Amino acid sequence: MAVKGYKAAARRALEQQPEVREAVTRATLHFDQNRERAFGEVEAEAWRDWAAATKRHTLSRLDGYLLEAEQRLSARGAEVHWAEDAEDAQRILRELVGRYGVRRVVKGKSMLSEELEVNGLLERLGVEVFETDLGEYIIQLAGEPPSHIVGPAIHKGLEEIRALFREKLGTPPDASPEELAAAARRVLREAFLTAGMGISGANFVVAETGTVVLVENEGNIRLTTSAPKVHVALVGIEKLLPRACDLEVFLQLLARAATGQKIGTFVSLINGPRRPDEPDGPEHLHVVFVDNGRTSVLADREMHEALSCIRCGACLNACPVYRQTGGHAYGQVYSGPIGIVLTPGLKDPALADELGYACSLCTACADVCPVRIPLPKQILAWRVRSAGRAPATERAAFRSYAALMTRPRFYKLSGKLLRLAAPLTGAPWLPVLGAWAAGHGALEPSPKSFREIWEEEFEGA
Amino acid sequence: MRVCFFVTCLADQFFAEAAADAVRLLRALGAEVRFPRAQTCCGQPAYNAGHWDEARKMAAHTQEVFEGCDYVVLPSGSCTTMLRAYSPRLFEGDRPRYEAALDLAGRSYELVEFLVKVLNAESVGRGLAGRRVAYHHGCHVSRELGVKEEPLRLLEAAGAEVVPWEADQECCGFGGVFAVKNAPVSLAMADRKLDTVPEVDVLTSADGACLLHLAGRAKQRGLGVPVRHVASLLWEAHRGG
Ligand code: SF4
Repeated sequence: MAVKGYKAAARRALEQQPEVREAVTRATLHFDQNRERAFGEVEAEAWRDWAAATKRHTLSRLDGYLLEAEQRLSARGAEVHWAEDAEDAQRILRELVGRYGVRRVVKGKSMLSEELEVNGLLERLGVEVFETDLGEYIIQLAGEPPSHIVGPAIHKGLEEIRALFREKLGTPPDASPEELAAAARRVLREAFLTAGMGISGANFVVAETGTVVLVENEGNIRLTTSAPKVHVALVGIEKLLPRACDLEVFLQLLARAATGQKIGTFVSLINGPRRPDEPDGPEHLHVVFVDNGRTSVLADREMHEALSCIRCGACLNACPVYRQTGGHAYGQVYSGPIGIVLTPGLKDPALADELGYACSLCTACADVCPVRIPLPKQILAWRVRSAGRAPATERAAFRSYAALMTRPRFYKLSGKLLRLAAPLTGAPWLPVLGAWAAGHGALEPSPKSFREIWEEEFEGA
Repeated sequence: MRVCFFVTCLADQFFAEAAADAVRLLRALGAEVRFPRAQTCCGQPAYNAGHWDEARKMAAHTQEVFEGCDYVVLPSGSCTTMLRAYSPRLFEGDRPRYEAALDLAGRSYELVEFLVKVLNAESVGRGLAGRRVAYHHGCHVSRELGVKEEPLRLLEAAGAEVVPWEADQECCGFGGVFAVKNAPVSLAMADRKLDTVPEVDVLTSADGACLLHLAGRAKQRGLGVPVRHVASLLWEAHRGG
């Protein structure tokens, strides 16, 4: 994906797709209000402190917890794999597809699989892929990436989905949301019964018990992980929790932060492949622990807390910038505040040069993050790193600005000049303010500066 | 009590009358106000843009200017946040400067916060009776300084009706360098605020930068709602009784 692009993409989204702004604003405000209510029902601040501390602790001993999880999983008959990067993960998947002769895959919603570009790989291997989360299925039909961590299709209005389903699935032009869901279900039911492999992500993995934990609202992940003969769980190495009892709070925090629910409708705790006396479940369970840049984030003094993220999407919902454009403008798998922080760390620091400024530093995200990631501080830290690479004009502007502001006499003089020049130029007082002023018509300076008023009115008074 | 007024560069040049109203009000309430002439800008534009070397120079200058003041009062929540919360971060590797920054942080107050918390004002006067007001919670004032109720209390004590506003807590879209680098998004955010403003006589805030942004946008769109800094409204409240 392009290093540059947020600016242009955001402008395009605003100019050409005003309906996105409307759909996203409505959906995120709704989510955000639900979160606020659900946080209000519990001792949210204490939970957040505890969750943040638990995550911090886990990350500080991640290697130990990963080995513990591997041991438990293996003991129950799961096969554990380690992938250093996307290529590595793709190699493992390719091998598994070949090993089991898979022609069809059903997938539960997984941001990590987006990161690893799993669908593209499977298609190249001639394997049919079905996204089974309804939102994810919609954007798969539309040929788009997800635009939100939790609600992949929240940027789409009902009309657009109707038209899409009509074209792809032959539903009537005035189909109700229920009819649309039913049409998708008919296709997916067939897929569940015939797929040779189910691929999921993981919300958490418990080290103590080697349990893969999946949270959802539709029941599709449950089918994805139990109907096909083979289940592959793709797990970011940061998803570890030390003990099973930690789930009590994390499951509630996740659901409350994401959608305002007390807990997800379906919570699956997977401990291994089907045992001889069990009626269902896959014959083979593969857990792929994926790094893909995470260890370098972990090693970054200013950014490591970002790995505490439980992908609840609350920071996206609270973000007034995200609301205007939706997630596609960011041009990356992860959008919104957490996307700005994670993407340059996972992929390429230079990505921060544009993404880092897709934020007004309003700090609304910090208020809602259930694990207290200091998102605004981290976004700013990326800016500090980017500033050295900023265009020469920008650096020069800030240098002369600082020079002006540390010389009171010149500062005073420049204020005078501003007032003199205003009628002539429309007064972009600072070079950096010029572009801003353009969106407002002329910025008019006060007829007298405060300094002048002070001298006339207050001095000696 | 030596109260030093830090007008802030934006207020000095772009809403000087509101800043003067702040001083008039402080004096009327019995504070002895001084104006250290060497003051310039707190450095926040450079800080937010990531140009920390420049921000450091300005922050150091500000430290020197306000040495020896018991209190530093600003008609801007955003610049107060720079002194209170951000400036110390700039000097984490520089012990004397860091301590000076913390010291200044402890003495710095946003205007309304100062009126309520230090001068213990419950009311500044009743002169806003019958006025319908929409209050914009600037992000820094409300989230970083935790000043949320104070301005509403003073406005209501002055007789104004603070009308509920769906987007009153949302960012106006200014964000300094953000408005420059991503102007279309910034303006869309201002529009969201302006589109949801209820029927009121005046739109106000404790943050002049937000108001400048909103007022500029409102003007360009031909919207009629008057925009005034809370310092001016409170001064009016005082003068009107
Ligand atoms: S950063 Fe925090 S709020 Fe955002 S998705 Fe992650 S856990 Fe949720």
